[in-house]
Amino acid sequence: MRLAGFYLFAVFAALLPILFPDNYFVIVIGASAGLNVMLAVGLNLLIGYAGQISLGHAAFFGMGAYASAILTTRFAWPGLLAMAAGLLVAGSIAWLFARPILRLRGHYLAMATLGFGIIIHVIMVQANHWTGGPDGLSGIPPLNLLGWTVDGDRQWYGVIAAAALLTIWLSLNIVDSRIGRALRAVRGSEFAAQMMGVDTASAKTQIFVVSALFAAFAGSLFAHQQAFVSPDSFNLLISVELVTMVVLGGMASTFGAACGAIALTLLHQGLVVFEDYEMLIHGGLLMAVMIFMPQGLFVGLSQAVRRLKNEI
Amino acid sequence: MKNRLMKNLLAATLLLTGSHLVNAADDPIKIGSFLTVTGPASFLGDPELKTLQMVIEDLNAKGGLLGRKVELVHYDTGGNAKEAVNFVKRLIKSDNVDIIVGGTTTGDTMAVIPDVEKEGITLISLAGAVDIVEPVKKWVFKVAHTDRMAAAKIYQDLRKQNLTKVALITGDGGFDKSGREQLRTLAPEYGMTIVVDESYGNKDTDMTTQLTKIRATDAQAIINFGFGQAPAIVTKNIKQLGIQLPVYQSHGVASKTFIDLAGEAGEGVRLPAAALVVAEQLPDTDPQKPVLLAYKKDYEAKHGPVSTFGGHGYDGVMIAIEAIKRAGSVDKAKVRDEVENTKGFIGTAGIFNMTPQDHMGLTLDAFKMVEIRNGGWKIVD
Repeated sequence: MRLAGFYLFAVFAALLPILFPDNYFVIVIGASAGLNVMLAVGLNLLIGYAGQISLGHAAFFGMGAYASAILTTRFAWPGLLAMAAGLLVAGSIAWLFARPILRLRGHYLAMATLGFGIIIHVIMVQANHWTGGPDGLSGIPPLNLLGWTVDGDRQWYGVIAAAALLTIWLSLNIVDSRIGRALRAVRGSEFAAQMMGVDTASAKTQIFVVSALFAAFAGSLFAHQQAFVSPDSFNLLISVELVTMVVLGGMASTFGAACGAIALTLLHQGLVVFEDYEMLIHGGLLMAVMIFMPQGLFVGLSQAVRRLKNEI
Repeated sequence: MKNRLMKNLLAATLLLTGSHLVNAADDPIKIGSFLTVTGPASFLGDPELKTLQMVIEDLNAKGGLLGRKVELVHYDTGGNAKEAVNFVKRLIKSDNVDIIVGGTTTGDTMAVIPDVEKEGITLISLAGAVDIVEPVKKWVFKVAHTDRMAAAKIYQDLRKQNLTKVALITGDGGFDKSGREQLRTLAPEYGMTIVVDESYGNKDTDMTTQLTKIRATDAQAIINFGFGQAPAIVTKNIKQLGIQLPVYQSHGVASKTFIDLAGEAGEGVRLPAAALVVAEQLPDTDPQKPVLLAYKKDYEAKHGPVSTFGGHGYDGVMIAIEAIKRAGSVDKAKVRDEVENTKGFIGTAGIFNMTPQDHMGLTLDAFKMVEIRNGGWKIVD
């Protein structure tokens, strides 16, 4: 029963491409949404469960992407090995920075993570020699998974959907584990958690690293899927968008974060028809959701459904 | 009962597919486009989009193309390469466009190349960097002057004056960095020595530190490659420091805005520019003159002062239209071959002669060396 939502999600993800093969909105946007789900679910562990804000999450996404891009194009490493290296780099950096950064709270933590994200972005722009500078790095080879080459939008949809499901499954399990309970205690009151014997610093560090790993994993897939990376896919705006996904969907709910990611990805594609008014409507909708459903889309909607059920 | 349902379904399907077949000839020809209309590069993308809309409106008013209407399908990338990739996929898979004109920036263009190459659809990019067409990609073309051409043109002018020691000062944007790269690569070929190579952030408000360093060297000329505010600040700072060296800018500032921003300090600054900014000064024998004046008149009647960037939009969409006309159909392979066959097309950027080895087709003559005099442009070569 605990994983019922997960199975529903999996069936949904598997049925869509069968029902609508070669549909742009399923195959291409679905893959895009899948990557955002991975990022949002990871970030939600940090923001939603541990109550720690991060405005620099795109940096870890970028690290995974650039590690894969640089190692496969300049050093001809196999994709999976490059991906592992990306995870290692992002994980180590997250681990190194977690303790000093996560000692900060509230606005100070927001500032520190913001600065961290900007620094990584500046490195991507300035280290021409490695990253290709502002114009980016192209010619990233397709990903080879043990002899099977992932190429073409449909195959990518499959791989990314599977990866997104994996992150959801991991997240659900982490949340219900010992560390998950510790994190919720931290969010409630860090002081009280310490009094109860929770090693809060270690719990926060661990979840920061996990969340960075999710992002780097998504980044590696992103680099291979697009066959091109450039710094503007990992700038401050993307970090803010990720936070928006988590908050919009509903904090402290894995499916909330996933729904937020999907909703925001689709919203953007749906609104392009309004051209100049796109941003206006986009902002208006976000405000409306926050005013009328402060708990987020997913939580808000499921409560509404429950109320409706009770009335009937 | 079940049989009847099946029959009805079958009939409905036939009807749908049938009507689709009938319509195919009347369906509009679709030109797809993805430009940076918002965001930091909007001053490039905005005139490009306006030009595309204007040209296509005009074409439809004159009866369309191959007897069919032409429809522009456009998406704004906001300068985000990830968006560019998704929108190009949407253009190809969902909108089924026949040809794509776009990519305002090099980043956006480079990002979509894998998809256009895989799907086999012609892309005519409006972006600058030479990397887009070098090495040659089967389906990718470009119409804007490259940074390499600008660098070569500047060096040519310097050599004419027997100046060989130059100081570089460039920003941290893609355009700046790529330009600096070309200046450095081409220097030996033109016998130039780069005695100092300074850089600044594009949002900086003062470059006197870098310029003081340049003043201390034996440089004979200063080359500043960039666009936006920064080059104007560099130009002003040079004047403030009383540096007497000749100043060269890139084609990135070939707009009235730069003259206004730099003010008094801009006098005497030289830069390579497309003929569009000096259209009136061209001799009447110049084949480009009527094209330039006509585009300028049409654009200014609707939107205000022209920029060379809008001109790239004109060249891109016109080459696409001419190619479809010659191909006599929208068959993707035929259209591609015809774009590659573009010969003697007179655009705003110059006269295009594409070949299988050259997917841009412009020569150095496409650039005019201009100087700012009395708050206006003057051709100096």
